[in-house]
Amino acid sequence: MGVRLKKKGTPYGVKVPENKLTAKKPIELAPLPEKAIIPLHQNIGAPCEAVVKKGDKVLTGQKIGDSDKYVNAPVHATISGEISGTTMVVNPPTAQLVEALIVTSDGADEWVKLEPPKNPEDLSVKEILVRVRDAGLVGLGGAAFPTHVKLSPPKDCRIDTVILNGCECEPYITSDHRVMLEYGEKVLSGLNIIKKVLSPDNTYIAIEDNKEDAIDHMEELIVAMGLKDDFKIAPLKSKYPMGAEKILTKMILGREVPIGGLPLHVGVVVHNVSTAKAIHDAVVEGKPFVERVVTVTGAVKNPKNLLVRFGTPLRSLIDYCGGIDGEANEVVLGGPMMGLSQFDLDFPLIKGTNGIIIKESTPIREQDCISCGRCIEVCPMYLMPTLLARYAKAGRYNECQEGYIDDCFECGACAYTCPANIPLVQYIKVAKRELAKRAAKK
Amino acid sequence: MIPERKFLVSPGPHLWKGLSVSKIMYLVVIALMFPTGAAIYFFGYYALSVLGVSVGTAVLTEYICKRIRNKAFVMDGSAVITGILLGLILPPTMPLWMVALGSIFSISIVKEAFGGLGHNIFNPALGARAFMSISFPAEMTTWVLPTYFGADAVTSATPLSESFVWPADKYSLYQAMFFGNRAGSLGETSALLILIGGSLLLGLRIINWRIPGVYIGMVALLSFALGEDPLFHILAGGLMLGAFFMATDYVTSPLTNRGKIIFSVALGVLTVIIRRFGGMPEGVCFSILFGNAITPLIDRYTKVRPYGLVKKKVESAG
Repeated sequence: MGVRLKKKGTPYGVKVPENKLTAKKPIELAPLPEKAIIPLHQNIGAPCEAVVKKGDKVLTGQKIGDSDKYVNAPVHATISGEISGTTMVVNPPTAQLVEALIVTSDGADEWVKLEPPKNPEDLSVKEILVRVRDAGLVGLGGAAFPTHVKLSPPKDCRIDTVILNGCECEPYITSDHRVMLEYGEKVLSGLNIIKKVLSPDNTYIAIEDNKEDAIDHMEELIVAMGLKDDFKIAPLKSKYPMGAEKILTKMILGREVPIGGLPLHVGVVVHNVSTAKAIHDAVVEGKPFVERVVTVTGAVKNPKNLLVRFGTPLRSLIDYCGGIDGEANEVVLGGPMMGLSQFDLDFPLIKGTNGIIIKESTPIREQDCISCGRCIEVCPMYLMPTLLARYAKAGRYNECQEGYIDDCFECGACAYTCPANIPLVQYIKVAKRELAKRAAKK
Repeated sequence: MIPERKFLVSPGPHLWKGLSVSKIMYLVVIALMFPTGAAIYFFGYYALSVLGVSVGTAVLTEYICKRIRNKAFVMDGSAVITGILLGLILPPTMPLWMVALGSIFSISIVKEAFGGLGHNIFNPALGARAFMSISFPAEMTTWVLPTYFGADAVTSATPLSESFVWPADKYSLYQAMFFGNRAGSLGETSALLILIGGSLLLGLRIINWRIPGVYIGMVALLSFALGEDPLFHILAGGLMLGAFFMATDYVTSPLTNRGKIIFSVALGVLTVIIRRFGGMPEGVCFSILFGNAITPLIDRYTKVRPYGLVKKKVESAG
């Protein structure tokens, strides 16, 4: 059997203009920041507590925030220097204020002593998980879920399939694409570690067909590294939101994740390609998680793929790419479909951010729904977004729940396609928040 | 350098396909130009005045209604469509003041009184046609043969009425009905031009093929089952115009594909029943209005099954 499986496609979702301006641009090293702002909460779980205090000298890769909670990932200093104070930043996903430590650079970028294992092959699963956690790894696809937790499925869930996600279905973003092309060996080495931990029967690498070069490259590497029997490549027809976990599970295995469940409930774990690369760095090289590849694109003079230390302010990254072009007035962190606007350019790059998109934005007027049904046609979760939004608008949240609003992962395909310009996702988010509040009261 | 400016925060997604309501509406207007062209070709300048009065009055009425309701008036093209459609489904000799009255009724009562575009229950043009059939029964059933430009109007029966006699063979009847050289409402006579306009909308994915497909198919099937000529029934009356341009109205047809199929089957059944057993020769208008009325009900029972819905296991006792 060949390495490459038959290409699959879906009638759901939307075709979006890809605008992958940086697909052919090699990853560049971004200059180190003079001041790194490190928020203590950079994962979807518990926030960290600072383990250093003002005035402490820190080395690159030194742990500066940690927590005793299980669902958490520690944070590290990303440059060497001195802890010069703390500040508060808005964490976009939660819109909450979080504390951040400021590290002022000494210009030396002196690293902590790395302790790579003598023989990575001999590491036990437990040792691997400790290393992953200590390195502060989180999922790099956007949700920032602590990686060691995802690598430790509950005992009653047998994982038979691992899917490595190289879809990158968001327009503009090319960071995963470049990681596959430039760090392919590390990605596969990371995937090998994932495989060792979860011992699945099958391992697939899912890549959209707008990245034919990445598919070819990964295929060659798999053959060259003698992993032909272990890994298969699953090419997928480009369609947004192909790279969502639940969609991949359905596309590759035909399994639907139960509402409110996770892929692991149907025996599947999905990891992002960049996460796999970071797992390699953490486990084989003993390197803490202090940098990632980010695409800075849109209305900047020179869009680039950059390898950036966390804590680098957005402003300096945009400057490094030649500054803002024209009248652009919105900065989006993440992809244009699911990313969130950030108004403060002193906000730092955090672990979950894979792209910075500068765009010109004009407020658009919402019209009444004309019941064209386009949102229903494109919804990858087979929901009825217009009804959910209608109920949410009227405050009829119970009916939202009856319409399975919890199934929505807010991909935005509905709002993208809506001719009446209804911010469907926004209404759905509001309803979800209200429902969560009600549930908390009970 | 980064200029000092305020940055916007807007909800995602930060991309938009750009197919707006008014773009859709004007594409429908363009598609309607084909049957409109047929109306003017077959029924001359008077057809042009009927359509002009109908569209003009519709837009003006919408403007006034929006002012009264204190809402922004947007030239989104929906009133233009209603105006054109109403003109196309009226008999060729309709007095202009009646046309204007019907147009006012369609926008003010059938559309705006319910809340405007997106909130109306019935298709405005068809609602007005029903109103006019009751108010002006004689004028609404006076049919003439195509007058082209300048010929005298000769009263004639429409192919569906009982007194209709075709002097020549069947094949020439089909031909006349396909190209439009027959008596009937202004825009319904030429199946060919309706098909061109309809295919345009299908090709641009503005309308869903299920509605015209199932509706017309159902009429053909049922009329065949009742021992009638299916091809005749497809070409006769306002079926083509109704199936492509009125039953497909987003607002008044069901949301889901399953709902659209149920809706179209109901339309087909009713049309054939009215044509075959009813007191009126034609039933497209009332069938679609009936379909509009049951659309909310269809929507309620044709919700889509969401991804990952598993039936809750019945918990065993103890």
